[in-house]
Amino acid sequence: MSEVIEKAIEQDYKYGFVTDVEQDTLPPGLNEDVIRTISAIKKEPEFMLKWRLKSYRQWLKMGEPTWAKVDYNEIDYQAISYYSAPKKNELKSLDEVDPEILETYKKLGIPLEEQKMLAGVAVDAVFDSVSVATTFKKELEKHGVIFCPFSEAVQNHPELIKKYLGSVVPHTDNYFAALNSAVFTDGSFVYIPKGVRCPMELSTYFRINAANTGQFERTLIIADEGSYVSYLEGCTAPKRDENQLHAAVVELIAHKDATIKYSTVQNWYPGDPKTGKGGIYNFVTKRGTCLEENSKISWTQVETGSAITWKYPSCILKGDNSVGEFYSVALTNNFQQADTGTKMVHIGKNTKSTIISKGISAGKGRQTYRGGVKIMKNADNARNYSQCDSMLIGDQCKAYTFPYIDVRNSSAQMEHEASTSSIGEDQIYYCNQRGISTEDAISLIVNGFCKEVFKELPMEFAVEAQKLMEVSLEGSVG
Amino acid sequence: MLEIKNLYVRIKDKEIIKGVDLTIKAGELHALMGRNGSGKSTLAHVITGKDGYEIEGDILFNGESILDKTPEERALDGIFMSFQYPVVIPGVNNMYFLKAALNARRKNKGEAELDAMDFLTLIKAKIKQVEMDESYLSRAVNDGFSGGEKKRNEILQLLTLEPIFAILDETDSGLDIDAMKVIANGINEYRNGDRAILAITHYQRLLDYMKPDMVHVMIDGQIVKTGDIELVYELEAKGYSWLEN
Repeated sequence: MSEVIEKAIEQDYKYGFVTDVEQDTLPPGLNEDVIRTISAIKKEPEFMLKWRLKSYRQWLKMGEPTWAKVDYNEIDYQAISYYSAPKKNELKSLDEVDPEILETYKKLGIPLEEQKMLAGVAVDAVFDSVSVATTFKKELEKHGVIFCPFSEAVQNHPELIKKYLGSVVPHTDNYFAALNSAVFTDGSFVYIPKGVRCPMELSTYFRINAANTGQFERTLIIADEGSYVSYLEGCTAPKRDENQLHAAVVELIAHKDATIKYSTVQNWYPGDPKTGKGGIYNFVTKRGTCLEENSKISWTQVETGSAITWKYPSCILKGDNSVGEFYSVALTNNFQQADTGTKMVHIGKNTKSTIISKGISAGKGRQTYRGGVKIMKNADNARNYSQCDSMLIGDQCKAYTFPYIDVRNSSAQMEHEASTSSIGEDQIYYCNQRGISTEDAISLIVNGFCKEVFKELPMEFAVEAQKLMEVSLEGSVG
Repeated sequence: MLEIKNLYVRIKDKEIIKGVDLTIKAGELHALMGRNGSGKSTLAHVITGKDGYEIEGDILFNGESILDKTPEERALDGIFMSFQYPVVIPGVNNMYFLKAALNARRKNKGEAELDAMDFLTLIKAKIKQVEMDESYLSRAVNDGFSGGEKKRNEILQLLTLEPIFAILDETDSGLDIDAMKVIANGINEYRNGDRAILAITHYQRLLDYMKPDMVHVMIDGQIVKTGDIELVYELEAKGYSWLEN
């Protein structure tokens, strides 16, 4: 740890303190000074620091949510370091990136150079807490698209940040969102101007690297009138022992006639397969607002990693005729636990939502689908279709379904379907008897189970997702 | 092709098969008859390698013991079973399943895997032989199929995978007369001098169409009588009790 930081921490910082530290990692612990230091490191304008502190004070008043069906040891928030960054930052090209970092990416199967060459995918790579490489920026600039690290947006587009930050997920929303609002370090910012169809899929790879560093990403995507954007997020993390907290916040705003498609493939370290030790705590708040008429937000997620997942990508359907979608595959194997689902809040007239959730439990995995569909009083002719399917592999896993429906307008049309199935020995034997190996049989059955969701993923992600399911299910049957 | 030698099979503590010897040569069709619970299906499962049995004796396939092989290894060697109760696999496209099975077998034989187009051409020809509608190809494996459709689907798999040795476990059960004819034609289509069949059945009708080389009667885990087609007519007339001691 750098001496500068040590010294900085020891001091009693004044409000608005600014310094030019050559930071690496803050010592563990959380207090207002830590927040001031983060804000200072990021050279943030005052409104940002104020917001952080407001959030922190709110957080202190809140308690950790306990309603989710997940068990974990108490988190010591004072044992977490709230900032870590590669020493060099603000690089202009890949050549300037630490070769070791690039090497790690390669090991993870995320070769940036290849990514650059691959068909039209811009990659804003987040390594720990600071973005170290941004590609395809020029092409995007030509269309007026802003796609940059969040911290850069705070510097260059404070008016957009002021207007939209916290407008979908307020700092008071929940415990983890409040924490994130106080200590978030970086993330992605996207703005698509009026009438622009984003010329490429936007992709960000998040990764957690330094030990004991909580990662608090903040993502904000704004699609202005008549625009379209597809954003992909993929995650991997290396093996480690300590549990790591990841409390991200993602906010999406779709204006009139705009569409945002947000896809996630999440494969963080799930913990030791034999003991359940370690693994990431993935406590994420993701929400989008269809602010004006004819807007659309679509969430697609493939969640195979993390020790614990607590995540409900949701849509607030404010604008008339707006559309919300949620397509999810979640897999819990070994000792993994997931409590995930979505919330669709219908406010505008003729709003429509679709929920397709596929949960797979194997080993001692435990999984809960938790969904809420709310039709408000003025939401005439709202429609919802929900389908939640659970698949059990083996006899030690568990699956729960909690669909909440709250209808306050009698013109609403609601459909709900649910099923539970299992991969039985008889199915495996049948496949074996046809010459198909057990592993191939499981992947065949699981991929068949998930295909309605996979087809919503961009092509390259769909392939990755299928492979991920195979890897994640290795050894799950006899 | 298949040699069963002094076979004893137990599930938990219950002895199901009590000393069976059976030899089936290439080109032959053997019928295995007997009451429910006499051990016929168990014999089929043991040949295909289903888990959960205690086995003594030996089973040779083309001169080589297969008892240590997994079900999929035996399948890749060319042993096929038409299931008495074909298994439903929701979400898995029937055609995709067949293609995966065929390509697993081709790969094992060192042959090139078929691509989607070649496979489609092949399967469209095969499905005509069992008089099934092509729409069954795009449905999930056996999902929502009637009893007869499931059996046709089994025979479609037989014709597509072209195994060396096929066990038909009550493939004729629950079929109407027309469906029985289609199934029998499919099986006769499959038969040739290099292939062999063991047909487990309760009825004379299927055997009328297929003309077995030998007929065996199994009672209480043993083959008590072996004969030709005349034995089938005798059973039809007299039942099984005259064979019990």
